[in-house]
Amino acid sequence: MEISVSVNQLLKSYTKGEKTAVNHVSFEVKKGELFGLIGPDGAGKTSIFRMLTTLILPDGGNASVNGLDIVKDYGKIRMSIGYMPGKFSLYPDLTVEENLGFFATLFNTRVNENYHLIKDIYEQLAPFKNRRAGKLSGGMKQKLALCCALIHNPPVIFLDEPTTGVDPVSRREFWEMLKRLKDQGITIVVSTPYMDEATLCDRIALIQEGQILSINTPKNMVSHYPDQLFAIKADNMYHLLKIMKTYKNVLNIYAFGEYAHASFREDMDTNELYRYLEEKGFRDILIIPAKPTIEDCFIKLLNN
Amino acid sequence: MDTRALNNEKVIVVDKLTKRFGDFVATDAISFDVYKGEIFGFLGANGAGKTTAMKMLCGLLTPSSGTAVVAGFDIHKQAQELKWNIGYMGQKFSLYDDLTIIENIRYYAGIYNLSNQQISDKSEGLITRLGLQKEAKKLVGQLPTGWKQKVAFSVALLHEPRIVFLDEPTGGVDPITRRQFWDMIYESAEKGTTIFITTHYMDEAEYCDRVSIMVDGKIEALDKPAELRRLYEAESMDEVFYQLARRAKRSE
Amino acid sequence: MRQFITFVKKEFAHILRDKKTLLILFGMPISQILIFGFALTNEVKNVKIAIVDRARDEQSRRLISKIDASKYFEVKKILGNAVQVDNELKKGTIKMAVIFPANFSSDLAHYNTSQVQIVLDGSDPNTANTIKNYITAIVTDHQRQQQSNVPALYQIIPEVRMLYNPQLLDAPNFVPGVMALVLMLVCVMMTAVSIVKEKEMGNMEILLVSPIKPGMVILTKTFPYLVLSLVNLTIILLLSIFVLKLPVNGSLVLLFAESILFIITCLTLGIFISVKTSSQEVAMLISLMGMLIPTILFSGFMFPIENMPYPLQMISNIIPSKWYYIIVKSIMIKGLGFSAIWKETLVLATITSVLLAVSLKSFKIRLE
Repeated sequence: MEISVSVNQLLKSYTKGEKTAVNHVSFEVKKGELFGLIGPDGAGKTSIFRMLTTLILPDGGNASVNGLDIVKDYGKIRMSIGYMPGKFSLYPDLTVEENLGFFATLFNTRVNENYHLIKDIYEQLAPFKNRRAGKLSGGMKQKLALCCALIHNPPVIFLDEPTTGVDPVSRREFWEMLKRLKDQGITIVVSTPYMDEATLCDRIALIQEGQILSINTPKNMVSHYPDQLFAIKADNMYHLLKIMKTYKNVLNIYAFGEYAHASFREDMDTNELYRYLEEKGFRDILIIPAKPTIEDCFIKLLNN
Repeated sequence: MDTRALNNEKVIVVDKLTKRFGDFVATDAISFDVYKGEIFGFLGANGAGKTTAMKMLCGLLTPSSGTAVVAGFDIHKQAQELKWNIGYMGQKFSLYDDLTIIENIRYYAGIYNLSNQQISDKSEGLITRLGLQKEAKKLVGQLPTGWKQKVAFSVALLHEPRIVFLDEPTGGVDPITRRQFWDMIYESAEKGTTIFITTHYMDEAEYCDRVSIMVDGKIEALDKPAELRRLYEAESMDEVFYQLARRAKRSE
Repeated sequence: MRQFITFVKKEFAHILRDKKTLLILFGMPISQILIFGFALTNEVKNVKIAIVDRARDEQSRRLISKIDASKYFEVKKILGNAVQVDNELKKGTIKMAVIFPANFSSDLAHYNTSQVQIVLDGSDPNTANTIKNYITAIVTDHQRQQQSNVPALYQIIPEVRMLYNPQLLDAPNFVPGVMALVLMLVCVMMTAVSIVKEKEMGNMEILLVSPIKPGMVILTKTFPYLVLSLVNLTIILLLSIFVLKLPVNGSLVLLFAESILFIITCLTLGIFISVKTSSQEVAMLISLMGMLIPTILFSGFMFPIENMPYPLQMISNIIPSKWYYIIVKSIMIKGLGFSAIWKETLVLATITSVLLAVSLKSFKIRLE
């Protein structure tokens, strides 16, 4: 399989080497892959994106995009990638149509030349095409920004936190669009702080404090979860979390939606725990084995 | 059920609250009550009218019609008194990045007229509780997002408000810090502070005692998360939200 | 070329959709010209004065009527003694008093010399100075008329003639000044702010990542301001010709050509500021503090450079607006041609090329 993006021991530090934003990061993205960088704010995602899009220079290591070096061949890279920065980067005082036209010209193309690529997305925006971009809703803005990043038919696109601050419905729609783009053979590198979006990627890298904790397919990542995981529920969740911290063999306990997730190193006697919680005065107790999610994996990795 | 939910004292009473901007009805006659010590999740898609409603409840916007009583104060007539009794924390801009943690705390404590003795006691207590002794003199800008948000939340509680409004407090925060943040929310709710929170994380909706979901300016659903899931035959709040918000016609 | 047109179109959309900027852009030159033209003039007219005439004879009366007849003075009061003068000056009812001694005419007749006392309100030195000059001129003139009746043997009469601005009007001075000021403001500040805005909003990231050349970005960001500046220049000239009745004596083509050179200087400065700053506020402040104030101080249009200490005179040499001011004055008022201003043009061109080289070199191809 052809490699589209290759990152090797990339290093970036700010304020005279005091703060290491990206700490020897390495990964590869195959052609046509949907690759996700998953991590919280300040993990170094944006710095990685800016290095790969030739906006900033690395302090160490190297990387290539489409076989082009990010330092030497920056000019060629700029012609062959699409980029959607984390900040809303359209002109708020231009209309939807004007923005798209402007970005098409920027990349020496015309809107109708690659219209097939953005057709699905742009049709949703068409009713608002004369509206100023600044007046669009969060989800709409992101759709327009994606259109603008795609307009020159780039083989690789970099999307830096496209769904941050966007409501769950728009987020879901956005990921459906990414899937369709992937089907058209476009390589997509995307970053997000939302763990639940990880499962929608082909492969993901979990990143925290400038370091990659793990790289794998979402499926493999959860199947390699090393501990026994249980979902527990009772009438008072807050107390349940407190009490469970002291229970024997518990590795970790944390709220997880309507349940609490508890991880154990070895097999756990469900009945014993049930009785223990009853003794402590809990009612409506429910203990069931839980399927680990990416978020569970991330928490596990952070705790190591 | 939860001990907190047993409290029957209403701290927020909203009756047909409406805000119009020209022809556009941002908030369309919403009515609901929030109880003392409750964690109330205020959900909705972008542009559903959440922010407008929240601004009215904080006394920042005057409603076009309808009434609301927050912490015992009428938002029409007593907006100023109201502000002494509520706390507010935004998504990112609650603290000054170029001030140290301790300076931020002193500043906010000063705004709420706390005495010097109170200020030093409270800031010390806050810093010890968060385990930030070493960082107390560091600029807030140097802290990771998660920590900033924890400090911001503690600062919003400094003057012991009866209600705290949290606007997407956990956006972009790592999963562990996010949960620590929720521990703090539970703790203060336990002490009787009412929490009014908006979030885009649907798992967090489950942590709320009750959840309301706004669609096109109206509250379309309001109940305990479990009830909502049952009502919409959904496995998760994510699905409930999706079913409701998908019907939305407008986008801001 | 298509890129260029699209870019410029977009830039104009930004400018035309921002009503406040538009107001500043076109409101400023108009209001400045009108303010300087009508309100802030140094010319003094109808100054209220008082007369103390102890002589009460033909000589003194003749001089008084001459003073009163001039358009500069209006005799408000005839006072009995000098103490009253003091009171009136304090109250502010008069700006000047002319006191004739009792032996005014007899002294003149016997000794061929006599004195008139002039008392002035010096709290506003500029006005006082102007008034002093006017009254001295009137008295000298009167004296000359008297003497012409009795021809004297030795007599030197200085005949002062103000060239180019015979009526000593202020407009010829401030119109070139306002032109420098407005062009500075539009080109430096607007350009700097508009580029920094793209940085702040995150648009610059996209522009940098695109294949567009940095030179093209600079060209298209500055071109609209060049056009707007020329529009502004035309407005100023029209106002000065038709409202202030101040014609352009020299070649209009030359004036516009020199203005374009100055506009390029300013645009270059704007780019330079935008490269070095990252927020709109800072860019605005630097433009104001670093560019406008030196223009006002050192171009010579408000404060004469010849009166400044030597080090400040040296500094004034690197202020582009000083040279532009000299050039415009030469063309507009003196009606001189290029041969008279080639030196100034050369200085301005040199400053521009140095600035242009520096800003092009420092314009970054990356974010840091």
